[in-house]
Amino acid sequence: MDVLTSLGHGFAVAITFENLGLALIGCLLGTIIGALPGLGPSNGVAILIPLSFSLGLDATAALILLTSVYYGAMYGGRISSILLNIPGDEPAVMTTLDGYPMARAGKAGEALAISGIASFVGSFVATWGLVFLAPQLVKVALLFGPAEYFALFTLAFATLGGISSTNQAKAALAAALGLGIAMIGVDGQTGVPRFSFGMVHLYDGVNFLVAIVGLFALSEVFIFLEHRGENAVHGSVSIGRPVASWSVLKYCTPAMLRSTVIGFIAGVLPGAGASLGSFMAYASEKNISDKDKTFGKGDPRGVAAPEAGNNAAAGGALVPMLALGVPGSGTTAVLLAVLLSLNITPGPLLFTQHPDVVWGLIAALFIANFMLIAMNLPLVGLFARVLLIPPQFLMPLVAMISFVGIYGINGSTFDLLVMVIFGVLGWVLRKLDVPLVPVIMGVLLGNQMEANLRRALTISNGEWGALLHSPLSIGLWVLAVVGFVLPIVVGKRLKSRIARAKEEAGTLVD
Amino acid sequence: MGDRALGSVGLGLAAAYVWQASRIQESFISDPIGPKGFPFIIGGLLALTSLAVLLRPDPPPHWPRPARLLELVAAVAVMVAYALFLPDAGFVIATAIASAYFSWRLGAPAMQAALAGVAIAGGIYLVFHLALGLNLAKGPLGF
Repeated sequence: MDVLTSLGHGFAVAITFENLGLALIGCLLGTIIGALPGLGPSNGVAILIPLSFSLGLDATAALILLTSVYYGAMYGGRISSILLNIPGDEPAVMTTLDGYPMARAGKAGEALAISGIASFVGSFVATWGLVFLAPQLVKVALLFGPAEYFALFTLAFATLGGISSTNQAKAALAAALGLGIAMIGVDGQTGVPRFSFGMVHLYDGVNFLVAIVGLFALSEVFIFLEHRGENAVHGSVSIGRPVASWSVLKYCTPAMLRSTVIGFIAGVLPGAGASLGSFMAYASEKNISDKDKTFGKGDPRGVAAPEAGNNAAAGGALVPMLALGVPGSGTTAVLLAVLLSLNITPGPLLFTQHPDVVWGLIAALFIANFMLIAMNLPLVGLFARVLLIPPQFLMPLVAMISFVGIYGINGSTFDLLVMVIFGVLGWVLRKLDVPLVPVIMGVLLGNQMEANLRRALTISNGEWGALLHSPLSIGLWVLAVVGFVLPIVVGKRLKSRIARAKEEAGTLVD
Repeated sequence: MGDRALGSVGLGLAAAYVWQASRIQESFISDPIGPKGFPFIIGGLLALTSLAVLLRPDPPPHWPRPARLLELVAAVAVMVAYALFLPDAGFVIATAIASAYFSWRLGAPAMQAALAGVAIAGGIYLVFHLALGLNLAKGPLGF
């Protein structure tokens, strides 16, 4: 099987001293980032991109570092969910429901062990899914022309608000903002400056790394300043031995496997991502197994299900990002930014032109996953202690690392000022409940989207009907329309269910 | 102050955007759409979505009290000042002052905040500059 041969080559790329070291550092940092409330996978990866970029890592090495952080964050989120009843990141919300009750019953160690193993199962199976599904998707994507790509980008934006979105208008407004920002700078096809107001700094356009770090990381600092002293973390962290008996693990295995499948599918589909993956995994497991009404009171299966689900979704979300170049979630959008900043265009050609990057990355995911389970079982006590770093020391560090990273790219004060502007914009948009991910996606994909539209219409001599010339593009447009309209119909119900689940857990989530 | 303001600002922005797009200079050879076409579509989308938000607003968010809002404005001012003075003051001094300020405003006692500022600046300098070789702003003192 040539997929397995490629994967073998990937391992040859990944197993070097440097790459293994980077994977280890990434796993460690990722777990910490996931565990710390206020630093999620997307802003954690975001502040590290400019750093890996200015440190001059090559493409494979940078990707290995950052995807290890991504997988690590999915492991780390559960720690504060279980011990403090505060989700370390958005996807770990569901883990609080049964994890915290277990911790209060003195079974924190057991809950951490089960969730760690569930995370491993979810990631491991999902990475295999990525190995086999991504090349198939690539075969489809090779049939795409410019018109199909334009439709695909539209589909990505239309579904980005997600199935749980209540206000599609705001998601679309956010996308328009991002696309509008992407237009700033010299037009790639005719060479005329656009929206640059005669400022030379703007001729190259807005650097998307600056936009991402400002929107995600600095806005978080502002949120903490706004809410300082309102939800201080108190709590003694006593864990006990982080082990689970075989019988409990066997008891949880069906839950883990079912949740892995659900999570993976949720991850691959556009507009879902890890948060919805863990929610759907928990909800369906509750429907299937909650005969004695033990869910929500410390059922180990209620810990296993969402953790397997969110880790599997994280792996699944890499499929469209790598194969099509179209990310479906915030963190994969950030990973796309990594690729673009390294001058690598993801999509089907990535697999033929840079097989070493793709397969090295996938091999690194397997390695990282084993490192993470090895790290997370015995060292969980260490990570738990990191949780107690108070925000008055953490957030200044986050802000300063953001500044260092952006300054490191060009040594430009102008970039820093633009980043602050994006930080303020991010705060205002978050207050108004406008999602940030479509803004990022717009900034990232705007130029490619325009280029494909113009290419398609150049081929057809300006005939707009060319956008709908093939069954494939018609199908994509139909999906885009359905994906945009469906949440308006069912979104309110789903959103209120998630909100209710969060309220039951008594957590504060932005 | 909420979605109605957002919608109005969005509409204004859309109008300004389309106006600016119409003033883009076209070169004599161009593709069928040219450099203006896609910006016009985006401007239209922005106008439509702003109108939708304006007509069907969500309940307004909880804005911070004026004192807290002033706090945020001060934080932005510190960040801007940091960006402007960084090349002259050098990385360590600028970062120590800025992070001490943030630490203090996030609730640390003054002495602890000052220590945190020095520790954060020193730590980043040690890890990113000395260990990893990243270029940081050099001040008159060389760090």
